[in-house]
Amino acid sequence: MKLAYWMYAGPAHIGTLRVASSFKNVHAIMHAPLGDDYFNVMRSMLERERNFTPVTASIVDRNVLARGSQEKVVDNITRKDAEEHPDLIVLTPTCTSSILQEDLANFVERASLEAKADVLLADVNHYRVNELQAADRTLQQIVQYYIEKARKKGQLPEGKTEKPSVNIIGISTLGFHNQHDCTELKRLMADLGIEVNAVIPEGASVHELKNLPRAWFNLVPYRELGVMAARYLEEQFGIPTVDITPMGVVETARCIRKIQQIINAQGADVDYEEFINQQTLYVSQAAWFSRSIDCQNLTGKKAVVFGDSTHAAAMTKILAREMGIHVVWAGTYCKYDAEWFSQQVSEYCDEVLITEDHGAIGDAIARVEPSAIFGTQMERHVGKRLDIPCGVIAAPIHIQNFPIGYKPFMGYEGTNQIADLVYNSFTLGMEDHLLEIFGGHDTKEVITKGISADSDLAWTKDAQAELNKVPGFVRGKVKRNTEKFARDRNFSQITLEVMYAAKEAVGA
Amino acid sequence: MTLAQSESLNFECETGNYHTFCPISCVAWLYQKIEDSFFLVIGTKTCGYFLQNAMGVMIFAEPRYAMAELEEGDISAKLNDYEELKRLCTQIKRDRNPSVIVWIGTCTTEIIKMDLEGLAPKLESEIGIPIVVARANGLDYAFTQGEDTVLAAMATRCPDKAPVVEAEKNERNAISKLLNFGKKKEEVANEESEYVDHPPLVLFGSLPDPVVTQLTLELKKQGIKVSGWLPAKRFTELPVLEEGYYVAGVNPFLSRTATTLMRRRKCKLIGAPFPIGPDGTRAWIEKICSVFGITPKGLDEREAQIWESLEDYIKLIRGKSVFFMGDNLLEVSLARFLVRCGMTVPEIGIPYMDKRYQDAELKFLEKTCKEMGVPLPRIVEKPDNYNQVQRIYDLKPDLVITGMAHANPLEARGINTKWSVEFTFAQIHGFTNARDILELVTRPLRRNNSLKDLGWDKLVKEEAKI
Repeated sequence: MKLAYWMYAGPAHIGTLRVASSFKNVHAIMHAPLGDDYFNVMRSMLERERNFTPVTASIVDRNVLARGSQEKVVDNITRKDAEEHPDLIVLTPTCTSSILQEDLANFVERASLEAKADVLLADVNHYRVNELQAADRTLQQIVQYYIEKARKKGQLPEGKTEKPSVNIIGISTLGFHNQHDCTELKRLMADLGIEVNAVIPEGASVHELKNLPRAWFNLVPYRELGVMAARYLEEQFGIPTVDITPMGVVETARCIRKIQQIINAQGADVDYEEFINQQTLYVSQAAWFSRSIDCQNLTGKKAVVFGDSTHAAAMTKILAREMGIHVVWAGTYCKYDAEWFSQQVSEYCDEVLITEDHGAIGDAIARVEPSAIFGTQMERHVGKRLDIPCGVIAAPIHIQNFPIGYKPFMGYEGTNQIADLVYNSFTLGMEDHLLEIFGGHDTKEVITKGISADSDLAWTKDAQAELNKVPGFVRGKVKRNTEKFARDRNFSQITLEVMYAAKEAVGA
Repeated sequence: MTLAQSESLNFECETGNYHTFCPISCVAWLYQKIEDSFFLVIGTKTCGYFLQNAMGVMIFAEPRYAMAELEEGDISAKLNDYEELKRLCTQIKRDRNPSVIVWIGTCTTEIIKMDLEGLAPKLESEIGIPIVVARANGLDYAFTQGEDTVLAAMATRCPDKAPVVEAEKNERNAISKLLNFGKKKEEVANEESEYVDHPPLVLFGSLPDPVVTQLTLELKKQGIKVSGWLPAKRFTELPVLEEGYYVAGVNPFLSRTATTLMRRRKCKLIGAPFPIGPDGTRAWIEKICSVFGITPKGLDEREAQIWESLEDYIKLIRGKSVFFMGDNLLEVSLARFLVRCGMTVPEIGIPYMDKRYQDAELKFLEKTCKEMGVPLPRIVEKPDNYNQVQRIYDLKPDLVITGMAHANPLEARGINTKWSVEFTFAQIHGFTNARDILELVTRPLRRNNSLKDLGWDKLVKEEAKI
């Protein structure tokens, strides 16, 4: 047992659901107790999704516990098949169903005899993998299923696309700024004259999956999702993978050069150097920013970085290499991928921290006292407590990290966004210091306080205590309303009763 | 729609495929209510993930709750439950020093049959902190029923003998202490005489402190003294429950607690409608008065006055229809209030219907419907959300009260929604807070008034009809 208040990566089924619900017309059925369908709330709220989340639960209750699911799971699958006509139904085990050890594979087999849809059992072990690993595995599983299906039917298309083309693998629902990154990557590919053969899983139809082998190469922008699917395609069809995250000016250039090398090896004849140069010097503002005197002021400032592997690694490199900031430590909660992370960042920071324990992270921040933190929502709150500004760079995230405006982290527009994020975090910190030195904001006493200033009314102790329970931002209003009410009725003392009578009279 | 109107309420039961919160969510409001408690949820990452996301910002305020996250070794019994829990609880004692640790049993502890009730007394005597066990799991319960399981477990911990009178004044009974705050002894004695002589009354149900004060004062106006509340502000202040005490519930989802109070503590349950809405509050007070043989005074005017002050909101909803998808068990009481406000209710979805505990409320609903001349709603227990959405498309209600999983998709299809969970967290009890309920109910309609004529009702492309 582990005492835990907070976790960075969710349980495995969340990863499976993220992938399944990213596809078009794929329905996931969770084998889960009542209340485990919280994923639907997150998708509907965080992503402000207009459509019903294609996830339902086959409820595990007392009866199931006593006699097993029997027909229930199969019925739920065939029912969903008839109701929504999905292309694929993914049966998703949860932590509860893992310990019940029902033969879900058998249910899937039986259901697929009846259902028009394809039916798959997500192959994830709840007690061994987390959300990210499960997502990676599920994506690979679905890709493999449809490739093999097409192969059996002889429907695998022959050969490559005429022009150089790419599969962008790993864009998913509830991913950190994934939608914006996807748009930016498509733009980048268009600028490079590369066709986008497919984007998976987000918005893709499973019928398109058989076309994946037509691409010249796969681009896997995130370390956490898509690696397994890309590896599978590489093994099966020899499709090369570009797994350099195009985040930051230097890494974006590196990613583009890698693409150039890969497609030239397959007979294209491209030279992207001029493009990179043009973008770096004149289109993206980030290179110029690092030259400007603003950024000079940041030189040697201390920062710490924490997040998923992709974002924490990229951010560390940007801060250290592109902005001259001193990254005291960089860390990730992707423990399963620790080696990769260490290798990526070790030359750009003093120390590498790999842990899932937010307490340890909080302590490490307090110990270092950086001028800014780049982390998850949890680190933002640590920052609040310690009065250190924080830029959020990775999940877990809140609704404010699903902005409506265009905010990619990748590509050349991404470099601009990151520069803003970094700069705003630090200046706010500086401003705070200056305020402290010069005695805070202009805090001249407000002279006219309105009606409540010269109160001639006596508040009884319990009424006063009750008033103090009212949240601060409305307390003044409640006080004024109550006193006005009392004055109108010539009460000289305000008791609890008067208070509530006033509330009822004014209405709220 | 059929013209034949059924004479009594129609109960149905569907598949139970509906969205609701897991009952472990009760820790979120209970740890805030019971100030010296610590809630330990013994479950998996799934439970933790739910709590972390559902509680939003609260998670960062150093909450007095945590997960005992089960690992593979716990599931396969490679690790010893008792030793593991002892290690964690000792740490909690060291870091937080609570007056009680509440263990929340989850689906996983049920399935692996971890004997929490058996382990608790042993560990309790070893570490010297009371351990209360509540099995608030998704196999058996929905959302607010979590509080019910905790309070039922707490009920067995209430002291069974009133301490000597003087001590009681000082130590026990948070309410009388609160009301007597700062008063001299003679004044207190004087005040005692304001109460009618009646057997002790203890109310049960967790409410925010201001609402506790309001309801207590409301009864005081009738000369009824509230001897205590389950739960009190602190675990150490749990009310005395002697055999023969009277108890009354303030929330519709407390049937287990009611049963425990009757069967195990030999208390007498006052079955009344719940004090939600001015009509409910009045009926609640009247029922308590009638049990104690008191003639209620001033309730007519009081209720009328509240209704009058609500008129501006009621204008907005009169004649409109509301569909409850069902997820928190407050549905019947809210529906009854909204019918009285002039709304029609085609369907009340509800996770679980205890017809005995809610008896008075159900009768009151029937009566209200008849008096308002509206058809009786169908009450759908364990609803099926998919079917409900089809019915919503057919009925086109003016408002759907539903969980967050369905709210945005319905809004995008031009159907007004109100997020149901807000009703559990807002102050909705008593005369004073009736306006707050309508504030919530009318919000989407007021939003529509501000946005009308923009032509943005439906924001999804027409789906192919099958």
